[in-house]
Amino acid sequence: MNIHEYQAKELLDLFGVANSPGGVASTPEEAEKIATSLNTQDLVIKAQVHAGGRGKGTFKNGFKGGVHLCKTPAEIRDTAAKMLGETLVTHQTGEEGRVVRKVLVAQSVEIEKELYFAILIDRAISAPIIVASTEGGVDIEAVAEHTPEKIFHLPVDPLIGLQPYQARKLAKMLGIPTALLKNAATLFENLYKLFIARDCSMVEVNPLVITKDNQVLALDAKFNFDDNALFRHPDVQAYRDIEEEDPREVEASKHSLSYIGLDGNIACLVNGAGLAMATMDIIKHHGGEPANFLDVGGGASEQQVTEAFKILVADSRVKAILVNIFGGIMKCDVIAQGIINAVKAVNLPVPLVVRLEGTNVDAGRKLLSESGLKLTAATDISDAAQKVVAAAA
Amino acid sequence: MSILVDKNTRLLVQGITGKSGASHTKLCMEYGTHVVAGVTPGRGGEVFEGKVPVFDTSHEARQQTGCNATMIFVPPAGAADSILEAVDAGIELVICITEGIPVLDMMKVKAAMAKSKSRLIGPNCPGIITPGACKIGIMPGYIHKEGKVGVVSRSGTLTYEAVWQLSSRGHGQSTCVGIGGDPINGTSHLDVVKMFNDDPGTEAFIMIGEIGGTAEEEAAEWIGKNCKKPVAAFIAGATAPPGRRMGHAGAIVSGGKGTAQGKIEAIQAAGIEVASTPADMADALIRRMAR
Repeated sequence: MNIHEYQAKELLDLFGVANSPGGVASTPEEAEKIATSLNTQDLVIKAQVHAGGRGKGTFKNGFKGGVHLCKTPAEIRDTAAKMLGETLVTHQTGEEGRVVRKVLVAQSVEIEKELYFAILIDRAISAPIIVASTEGGVDIEAVAEHTPEKIFHLPVDPLIGLQPYQARKLAKMLGIPTALLKNAATLFENLYKLFIARDCSMVEVNPLVITKDNQVLALDAKFNFDDNALFRHPDVQAYRDIEEEDPREVEASKHSLSYIGLDGNIACLVNGAGLAMATMDIIKHHGGEPANFLDVGGGASEQQVTEAFKILVADSRVKAILVNIFGGIMKCDVIAQGIINAVKAVNLPVPLVVRLEGTNVDAGRKLLSESGLKLTAATDISDAAQKVVAAAA
Repeated sequence: MSILVDKNTRLLVQGITGKSGASHTKLCMEYGTHVVAGVTPGRGGEVFEGKVPVFDTSHEARQQTGCNATMIFVPPAGAADSILEAVDAGIELVICITEGIPVLDMMKVKAAMAKSKSRLIGPNCPGIITPGACKIGIMPGYIHKEGKVGVVSRSGTLTYEAVWQLSSRGHGQSTCVGIGGDPINGTSHLDVVKMFNDDPGTEAFIMIGEIGGTAEEEAAEWIGKNCKKPVAAFIAGATAPPGRRMGHAGAIVSGGKGTAQGKIEAIQAAGIEVASTPADMADALIRRMAR
């Protein structure tokens, strides 16, 4: 799950991680008010969307840039008016862009040095690892490729957590001056506390800055959260912004279905994540393009299968549907009945290929053949993929 | 012969009175698995299906029944605690079926288990089966056949797919191990590969992996250097978009690491036969065995 920059700032504030002062606004007037309260001539306003490249983006109304430096509250108000309710297109949003509903107004700081600091889970050692670099404000993947010696890795023992000495050691590695050592160490420790307390899978501060007036600040922070742990973090759940998500995925999540929208035209409904991925692979192997990843899970009900089917059918890009089920916990007759119910409810606009195997397969096949549904039965996964690719062509 | 489980396995089920715990325990018993005890805190003294005693703690179950393996069906919020309880009770083999355990919980479990003698399989896995002897988990029993091919996989349904292909081509299985789809798990591909290599009852095996992490690459490198038995492999997720979690929490490609292409190259370099599609898994192994 992704969150907005202003929400990340709220979390940083809550855990005492130093960052630049500011606030979020939904109207030009609110933006002006925040700017006034900051009592400075160094102001910045940032459009809040879940996409990178905002600074270089363009609004559909012609206004250029989703990030602007301003001198006065009046200027902030005018800029906010050009952003709010407008659609911002960046290299990450696609042509349709994203509607800006909120702007972040903050003090802009004069930067002396930009650094990089991230905490993530290293699955190879089953522990959190801190990745830090003296090269901040740039693409860290490029730093890793060209100057790997400028990137430091520090594993953290999951049972005792980040120790103060480790935080000081990191600050030294990053070349932070002695006068700022304790401030930097405190920032790292608080960020680690936040990482653990909210079950993050990644926190990335880029850049972490030393300002000309000698502060250490987390200027921009990106968070990823462990979906499996959201149940114990209602505050993080509340950060979810469904306006920023693929509507197909939002609908799927309402029915506890694991769905990821893709760009192809062959929809697939599969049980099990591995088989769902493999089904996408074999569609591609035979020259087709999958429209989605959809795992109905091990214990899906008839109702869930019906809802899953409706999502697939509602996607206008879809030219054919493949159902690939290997029943383990999932019973083939349940899947069959779910499909039958869905087709009755929505009419089937495109060809359907069904491959059933596993638990109660005979009952499932019987239900389908007696239902009178127009579908193509496949004998195995390869046959199914070839038939659905032919049907979509 | 087989690995990990056989006719001597005495199984405890943690979460035996829950809905899926109860139904899958029945299926395991029907298959012939010796289920000797169940645990549900607060339900001690009950009897499951007229013959399996239910205890409040795994400790009591271990002392009174001598169970040497456990199958965990406890919901995500309490699953890590159940794993640690089983380890504390001294149970040798802990198989956690539960899907959706927070990563930080598993990180602590893994660190806490570093000095224990117990082995954890999973979480988020279908379990283990030695056909004809012992089924622990949620796999459909009837697709399996007694035989000499091992299967190790991160995915449940993809394992069934491989097993089905093997059985319908006349190749039975020694043991099939689902190691689970989570980023942090108890037993790796490499751990199971080493066991298959040492097991006289396993003549060849299939390794099924997916995008994310580097576990498949490590196993492949070891096989290239040490394994004399024929091996075939399939990697799922070649078409997955980078940075997205594909159902399994572990299945994510980030920073150019863990791609299907990188894994396939490592596997080929180790002399393992690669299945070009998921339909080709058993045939790939048969090709490799004929070589």
